[in-house]
Order: sequence, then structure tokens, then C-alpha cells
Amino acid sequence: MALLQISEPGQTDAPHERRIAVGIDLGTTNSLVATVRSGEAKTLADEAGRTILPSVVRYTPEQIVVGYSALENAASDSENTIISAKRFMGRSVEDVVKTYPELPYNFVGEPKELARIATLAGVKSPIEVSADILSALKNRAEQALGDEIQGAVITVPAYFDDAQRQCTKDAARLAGLKVLRLLNEPTAAAIAYGLDSKQEGQIAVYDLGGGTFDISILKLEKGVFEVLSTGGDSALGGDDFDQAIIDWIKASGKLPGTLSSRMRRVIKETAKSVKEQLSDAETVNFTLALDDNSELDFSLSKTEFESLVEPLIKRTLIACRRALKDAGLKAQDIKDVVLVGGSTRVPAVRARVADYFSKQPLSSIDPDQVVAIGASQQADILVGNKPDSDMVLLDVIPLSLGLETMGGLCEKIIQRNTTIPVAKAQEFTTFKDGQTAMAVHVVQGERELVKDCRSLAKFELRGIPPMAAGAAHVRVTFQVDADGLLSVTAMEKSTGIQSSIQVKPSYGLEESEILQMLQASVENAKEDVNARKLAEQIVEAKRMLESLGNALKQDKHLLSEQAYEDLVADLNTLARLCEGDDEQAIKEQIEHIDNKSQDFAAARMDDSIRKALQGQQVDEI
Amino acid sequence: MNFFEIFDFEPAFDLDVNTLSARYKNLQRAFHPDQYASANESQKLLALRKATEINDAYATLKSATSRAEYLLKLAGLDISHETTTVKDPSFLMQQMEYRERLEDISALSDPYDAIVAFEEELEAEQAELEALIGRELKSAHYEQAANAVRKLKFVNKLQTELERLEDEASEI
Repeated sequence: MALLQISEPGQTDAPHERRIAVGIDLGTTNSLVATVRSGEAKTLADEAGRTILPSVVRYTPEQIVVGYSALENAASDSENTIISAKRFMGRSVEDVVKTYPELPYNFVGEPKELARIATLAGVKSPIEVSADILSALKNRAEQALGDEIQGAVITVPAYFDDAQRQCTKDAARLAGLKVLRLLNEPTAAAIAYGLDSKQEGQIAVYDLGGGTFDISILKLEKGVFEVLSTGGDSALGGDDFDQAIIDWIKASGKLPGTLSSRMRRVIKETAKSVKEQLSDAETVNFTLALDDNSELDFSLSKTEFESLVEPLIKRTLIACRRALKDAGLKAQDIKDVVLVGGSTRVPAVRARVADYFSKQPLSSIDPDQVVAIGASQQADILVGNKPDSDMVLLDVIPLSLGLETMGGLCEKIIQRNTTIPVAKAQEFTTFKDGQTAMAVHVVQGERELVKDCRSLAKFELRGIPPMAAGAAHVRVTFQVDADGLLSVTAMEKSTGIQSSIQVKPSYGLEESEILQMLQASVENAKEDVNARKLAEQIVEAKRMLESLGNALKQDKHLLSEQAYEDLVADLNTLARLCEGDDEQAIKEQIEHIDNKSQDFAAARMDDSIRKALQGQQVDEI
Repeated sequence: MNFFEIFDFEPAFDLDVNTLSARYKNLQRAFHPDQYASANESQKLLALRKATEINDAYATLKSATSRAEYLLKLAGLDISHETTTVKDPSFLMQQMEYRERLEDISALSDPYDAIVAFEEELEAEQAELEALIGRELKSAHYEQAANAVRKLKFVNKLQTELERLEDEASEI
């Protein structure tokens, strides 16, 4: 028998017990789910063998339909069929209506609040729509894998701001998914190509999807990923290529400005198919039946098509140039270019990208699936199936975080492209005698004026001890975690009093709303809430018994004899409580042990810093 | 642990940035919150704090200016939020000339050569100041070192401005 069982946090003692985790590409147009089975990452298909799930949800009074069948009704029931909800994540009504004036949806709410859509099944926020898409993917995965999903890595565009990331995480929570990590889409693609283990150097990920364009410059070194810069255009994609053909059809066919909805749909479908055919064919001939039953013949050559989309491709290359500049690099410094997104199938796109970076881009993995595949590989590692992996993803914050100061100016507190996690503290003072509360407005963006930046949240600090004006110094700490999400804490310095913070996200759901929605969904499922809570606490308790137990065996020397005995006794109590069914007692005991072991845990961390540095001096030589 | 201790360095201005990067990455490999994705909440929080501290330490030690400021702070001289500035008249005169030169450059139709020449001059000045800071810190002349750091910050500001001009010039 082993004298000591040493297991890292999050890894089980039983090496063969695999945990099931998935990678999810929650896309604007399409979504996919993938998992690693027998060492191979694969996307999971529905009963009809389709791996793609259109990111479309239709709400009727009777049911919620997701995917292809919802898409079929997009034209006939456009008001209740939500397409590309991802564009509305973390966005205000005012914003959405201004950017997309032609949408058929009935947006409700105040102009400066999160955009929500009135449907036959009630008012839906984009978070709930995304949650329905995630639920569909979760069900698909659980059916295919025959087991419960333990965690998911969900991808987001690298430039997503805090509000958009928070919305994505909230959507996962509503769908009952445990998020292991929000992963940047380009990083996921690079992982899929195995660039993490084999190479060193800078790579570019060129992602031209249905409705968005992303360019990211990553740096790889000894398995460490670093996002050097990101850029792109959130309103440029394959749909714009289709639109270019639509405009050409309208112009060359001399069609009237306003068309029937049938004609619009027919032209749109034709344009898409012509675009796809032109990937192989030199010329495509096609006929359109007009509303008066007359027919019009068209012929579009590859050369003509390429000149139609040339301005669009050029826009992507300008964004590439800017991203390279931000990273302090030239096009020839890039070692590999990864292609992502269905629109990179267009030969003209491939050619221009190859030309710009002076090398053939990587395209062996299906560009629609590559992000989900990379995400599933990362999920497999994070859930603890690959204990010997030493990959680390270092990300940067895509947009600067700032605070509103006098006169509507923005003072930056965390610069964009700073490696995360990161924390910065800022001090505030009161300007009135006896003032006990103050408001802090957090914005994100690069511009000088608050009105040109995105509003993230308003924080109200309360419970400041009453003092003379200027005497109270409130230290507010802004913490951005590895997912790029912001949290805020505040403390009055002279008294050490923790001020409470009320967060009002500018374009998201408040905590109370999420809890309400979760409650409602549990009620709908008629689950036994108490049984579930007890089960969750027991899992948490077992995790603590395992990890703290091992830590105590390993690092007894960091504790006094008495403190060691106390913790062991506390753990025994916890183990005994797990035999019973008192959920509250288990919870309290966990919290009790958690508090008591804080110093021990901190000491272990410092100790392992020393250990992490030992032996590396040998590496360096 | 102070920032130097985190990376197992003696507190000193002269520091091999490559070794720093290598150690930084080893530490992130051990403490990045991803390594704790399945751990309990308090372990996650602890890892988050550690990784944050490591990032902060790395960013501070990587740049010569902030490294010098940090060493001064360890010596009890915090100049990071100060409002006092350089009082050396000849240095200030030169800064004013530099400012005028920036304006002249921004008025040029093809500023590229002028920008490169100016950049080289500033780089030389930066190197000189960094060498001076190193010497002063070594001999524990903190006030003198602080003065040199203040000057270095002026130079850094000019460099940023110049980069901005270069950006603007290449966008036309």
C-alpha cells in the first residue's frame, strides 16, 4: 500500500475514472458540441447525423424549438423565432435597434437596458435564448454519451467585453452547465491544431464566420498560450458575402427596391447556394422565378464574385494589420495561420490570406468544427482527465476597464491586453460630511469619454462610516478573473470596514432574476430540490475530505500540532455528517473548515511557489 | 513575499528578463486558475489571488521603469503616485525642445525618417538613464535614483507619443 496518496486538487484518486466534459462553440449562426472519447476529439451529431445546430430558437405558447426545425419557421414566424441572439448578448435595446434596424423582433424594455424580445412564450432575454441553445446541446451530449456532463468549456469571441462574457456564463448556469472556463474562440482553434504542444512562435487565427470576423494573434512558448492582440469586425461575415450577391442580383436583374417576402427569401437562398458553388465552379448559371411568374436568367463568374467580395476581404485584412501592429509584429513574423469559420471555404479568402501572411494557412480540420474540437480538448484537461498536461492558457483583457470621473471622462484602471487574472485598486473619498454611500460607474473601452465607451455596471458602495468630507478613503479593488469577468470589492481604509456593494449590470441579468429563473426551471422539472441540494453538498464535502485530507498528509509540517489535530477532528465530523441527511449541517461544517484552513492553504501555496521554482534552474541552464 | 521573492531573485535592478519570463511561465503553469477548474470555491479563490499576484509581479519587474520604482518602494521611497516632478532646469529645457520637435514631426508630410532618428536618440537616453538608475540603486542613493526614474518616465512618455505619431503616419 502506498504510504502517501498525493493527488492534485480536482483530480480523483482513481486514475481510470473518466469525467465527462464537453466543449461548446456557441456561435452567432451555428453552435456545436464536442467531446474527447478514447483520446480523440469529435463533434457530436443529432439523430439525423447533423453536427451543426443552427443557433435559432422558436418560442410558441406550447413549446420551445431549437435548431433546424426552428430555422424552417424563421420566415413564417419571424417574430417568435430568434436568430443570432449572440449579437444581443450584453447589448441595450437602443444599441441593437440602431445596429440592426431591420430585425423583425419586438424589443421591449427601456432603451438603455438589456435588449429583450417579446415572444408568444413571454419576454425572452438573449441569455435565456442562449440557455435554450446550450440546453439542446447538453441534451444531445448526454444522450450520445449516456451520462451526466460534469463540466463544459464554452467559447466566446476574443473581443467579447465583460457584459457579453457574463451573459454567456449566466446562460450556461440557466442551462444547468458547470462552466470550467470561457475560452477564446481563436485559442480553441489553435489547440485543435495541436499547436500548443508542438510549436513555439506567433500564430494568427483568422475566423470568418456567418456574421462576425475575428483576428487574433497568439504567442506560443513551451505550452503557454498568450493572446497578444485581438481585432475584428462584429458585423462582417459570410452573410455579407451573400448580401453582395443579393445586391448584384437585384442590380443586374433590375429588380424593384422593395420585394415580397417570398422573393427576398428565394434570392437569399439562391445567393448562398451560388456562393457555395463558386468555391469549385468557374461560373454559375441560375434562374429566378419572379412573383409575376416570369423568369430571369443570371450568370455569375468566379472573377466577378471575387470583385464583389474584394472590399469585404480587404476589410478583414485591414483588421489583421491592426492586430499585428497591436502585437508589435509584422506579417512575416507569423509562423502559422489557422482558418476558422465556414466563410474561409471561399477560395478568394484563402488566397488573399495566404498572400497577406506569405504562407499557406492551416485548413485540414473542418473550419466549422475546429473551435468546438479545441474547446473539448481543453475541457478534457480542465475536468482532470489529463493530469500530466502542463498547458496553460494565458489570456489578456480585450478592452480597457475604466471608471467614470468628473465631467464624463473615463479614467482607465486596467489597460487592454493586460494578462489576466489581474487586480487593480483605486481609492475614492467622500465629498460631503457624513456621507455613507457612493456610486461607481465602470465602463469598458478605449475612448476618452464615458459616453463613447460601453457601460458595464454601476456599483453602489454602502456602509461607509460617517466621517468628515474627504476623511473616508474607500479602496475599491477591481478583480478580473481568468475568464475575463470583473468583480469588485471595497473597503474603507481607516476603519477597515468592508463596504457592501450592490451591482447593477448595465446590460445583463441581476442575480435575483437568475435565481428566479433557476427556481422556475426547477419547478417545471418537478425535481426534488432538497434531495438535489443534499447531493450537491455531499459531493462538495467529499471533495473537501479528499483534497484537504491529502493536503494534511502531505504538508503536516506547515501546521502546529494543535491546529493539525483540530482540522483532522473537523474532517472526521464532516465525514460523519455525510452519512446523514442534514444538508444544512454539512454546509455549515464545510464553511467552518474552509475558514479554519485558509491560512494552511495560503501557506501551502507559498510553499509550492518555492517548489515550482526548484529544479527549474536546471531547465534554464 | 515581495515581487522579487516570488521569482526567487535577489532584489536588484539588474535582472535577466529571459530568466524572469521562464520562471513566470513555470509559476503560471502551477497557479493559473485553470489548474483549479474542478477544485472547491476557496481553493479557486486562493489560486485566483496567487495568479493575480504573479501577473502583477511579472508586469512590475519586466519593465525597467516600474522595476526601479518598485525597488525604491521597498527602500521606503514610494514615487508611484507622487505629483512632484523633475526640478533639473536643463533637463526640463531639453524636454520642451523635444515637445517642439514632436510637433514639428507631426506637421511633416513624410515623417518616417524623422521619427526613426528621434526614436534612436530617445533609446540612447533611455539606456543612459537605466544605467544611471542601476548605479545609484546599487550604492543606495535612493533620492538620486528617484530623480533618474522621474526623468526616465518623461522619456517613456515621449516614446509613447512618438509611437502614436508613427501609428497615425502609417494609417494615412
